[in-house]
Amino acid sequence: MLATIYALVFYAATAILVVGIAMRVRRYARIPAPLKIPTTPAPTTSGGVVVRMFMEVVFFQSLYKSNKWIWLFGWMMHMSLWLILARHVRYFTLQNWWWVEAVQFLGTYAAFTFLIGLGGLLFRRFFVERIRYITSPSDILMLLLLIGIGSSGALMRFVTKTDIIAVKSYILGLLRFNIGHLPSDPILLTHLAMVASLMIIFPISKLMHAPGVFFSPTRNQVDNPREKRHLAPWAAKLEQ
Amino acid sequence: MADGADDLRKMDHPLDIPCLKHGAMEGLAPFIAAPEHQDKVGFPGELLPDWKEKALEKMAELAEKNRAFQVYLEICVKCGACTDKCHYFLGTSDPKNMPVARQDLLRSVYRRYFTFAGKYFPWLVGARDLTKEVLDEWYSYYHQCSECRRCSVFCPYGIDTAEVTMAAREILDSVGVGQKYSNEIIGKVKDVGNNLGLNPKALRATLEDLEEELEEDTGVSVRIPLDEKGADILLVTPSADFFAEPHIDGLLGYAKVFHEAGVSWTVSSYASEAANFGLFIGSYENMREISQRIRKAAQDLGVKRIIFGECGHAWRVAYSYLNTLAGPWDFLDQNYPIPQHIMEFTWGEIQKGTLKFDKSQNDHIRLTYHDSCNVARASRMGDTPGGQFEIPRNVIKTVCNNYFDMADETIRESTLCCGGGGGLLTDDLMDLRTKGSIPRMTALQDVTEEHGVTHMAAICAICKTQFSKVMPKFGYDMDSVVSVHQLVSNAIILTGSEDDEDAGNGPEEDTSDE
Ligand code: HEM
Ligand code: SF4
Ligand code: SF4
Repeated sequence: MLATIYALVFYAATAILVVGIAMRVRRYARIPAPLKIPTTPAPTTSGGVVVRMFMEVVFFQSLYKSNKWIWLFGWMMHMSLWLILARHVRYFTLQNWWWVEAVQFLGTYAAFTFLIGLGGLLFRRFFVERIRYITSPSDILMLLLLIGIGSSGALMRFVTKTDIIAVKSYILGLLRFNIGHLPSDPILLTHLAMVASLMIIFPISKLMHAPGVFFSPTRNQVDNPREKRHLAPWAAKLEQ
Repeated sequence: MADGADDLRKMDHPLDIPCLKHGAMEGLAPFIAAPEHQDKVGFPGELLPDWKEKALEKMAELAEKNRAFQVYLEICVKCGACTDKCHYFLGTSDPKNMPVARQDLLRSVYRRYFTFAGKYFPWLVGARDLTKEVLDEWYSYYHQCSECRRCSVFCPYGIDTAEVTMAAREILDSVGVGQKYSNEIIGKVKDVGNNLGLNPKALRATLEDLEEELEEDTGVSVRIPLDEKGADILLVTPSADFFAEPHIDGLLGYAKVFHEAGVSWTVSSYASEAANFGLFIGSYENMREISQRIRKAAQDLGVKRIIFGECGHAWRVAYSYLNTLAGPWDFLDQNYPIPQHIMEFTWGEIQKGTLKFDKSQNDHIRLTYHDSCNVARASRMGDTPGGQFEIPRNVIKTVCNNYFDMADETIRESTLCCGGGGGLLTDDLMDLRTKGSIPRMTALQDVTEEHGVTHMAAICAICKTQFSKVMPKFGYDMDSVVSVHQLVSNAIILTGSEDDEDAGNGPEEDTSDE
């Protein structure tokens, strides 16, 4: 029964996540940028833009220039998130891939840096006046949700020890559309429910910053307006 | 209004973060455009009866037409990194002048009508209905942003509040609530060719007077040609260069540089304005129409090159948009950048060695340089990124012995706005302009204390006007702001002039302190 409900929820959540993001991204990709607006100094070649984007996405370069505390907590949180996600890949493959094996060790402790980062961000939302002013309830709930996911995960790893072999075979089953046995560990169930909520909220929330950053004209445009004429399709119509 | 400097915030450091003062600038609003001003820019004359529907329609339309607007409405994570980056926030302490809060004034409405969360759970995501109060609030706070892009530099996604401000102003215009200052000026450009409404006859008289003055001062006949067909270069410069101080001295500088370089050039009376206020109101169509005047002037006069004078947002429109708005420029000489900045031209001549200078002519000045926001963060000069910072400094150091930069975090890409950009250079916003200049003025006072700096150079007509108005409130003379080409003008040695013959002996008269 529980296994079936969770299976249905995860199928739905996956569909919403994938279709939702795809629809938003298609929209971002379709809408033209009518003018050249890279924040200068900007790279003058596409190769340069790739480097700029890499520095933003991997190191949060602009944020680093901006505010060292937010950078520290935010970067810690995100890098831990990637490690944690990588670690979770083993639940989805029969044979563990070498790189998934390789991050197991680091990934284990990423839960703590993840939680410290989130704690720092949450702290700022309450105690820095300016940030409190711009915070909506959803911003706090989002952090609490991630803290919930991170801490329930850490609990299972370090305290209660869930039967991960059973979890793995349940997930592998889902991938082949057959619903197996799901251990009814309350912490596991909470963990999974929160992950499903995160997946559902993703495409309709600020989490769209992850795909969105690649579409930011101030960061992804090449600084070459004098050399190459830039014209949006709707603007071209004005010329006729 | 803050006439005295008494109620101005004192800062220990140019970027000191204030405690929030809620509602500090509430209700401040520039004069609203009259129906005839609105008509000229193609917008309704007064608030439409169905303004609410029309505003939402316009918002949806802009989200369809402009990727930046659409993406920025959705991806802000409220990290707060931009909150302390706006000079208007630093100067007024009003939390709604924090960039993300300024975006949120509009984003909250976008969420309410266009997103799932905002439609069903408005309280959760801070979504709100569009009411007349909200519209008034937009008018107020979107006219407390100079579209300087400082916030965009520091946002992890490059979210540019200026894009949101421009969209908001366009929405306001489209429901009949325009700003008088900008829209009236756009009308004048369309009617007469420049922001001042200076007609060709008056312009000719002005330029002839200037030529005479130049000849008296230098003994050399340096020309400032108008509407000369067949000239090689069309100079497009802000009309303030024709009559305002210290702008004029910059114009004299360009004339001397062209003279020494031995090129033929002309000003056009039809396109006698580099500024393009279409940018400020976010209107592509208006910006395009104004840019097209330059194309027509270039074709009518048969020039081979276009050079822009010292003006910040004009250079943004020229460098970043002119090819888009009025290109392709296949009829011009492709061996030169199209368009080119006067600073690029002068630096090019300096490198070629065509210009001679007597640097000591600027020895009475201890100088710093204000990077204008649009030049710094929305354009380039030369071939390499950052040329917009180096080339003006190179020119300055060639003509001036005593140069000192202000604090690193207040110059180059992190430069602070003068406080009067983006369509705010109007008397009805004087209080805001003064407060917005506090961070820059504090940075200036720091170098005055440390290095005895007396003057600040700028290459933007708005910066120059703004500084000559606000500097007196901070203990400087109004002529402490100078054009870069004014310094060039002071130091250049004209071939055949007295100084040329006995180079080294400065003239008795000092041309910089009018
Ligand atoms: C391309 C991938 C991503 C990039 C470049 C990115 C970048 C950033 C940056 C620069 C910030 C602001 C600093 C901060 O508060 O941490 C941020 C905030 C945030 N990110 Fe991401 N992120 C990415 C993916 C994700 C994903 C996949 C999630 C969640 C599942 C996520 C969740 C969050 C949350 C919740 C915040 C807000 C933190 C707060 O409330 O202060 N991010 N992201
Ligand atoms: S820095 Fe960017 S993402 Fe962060 S609050 Fe400001 S606008 Fe939003
Ligand atoms: S663009 Fe400039 S004036 Fe506008 S919010 Fe950003 S920093 Fe402030």
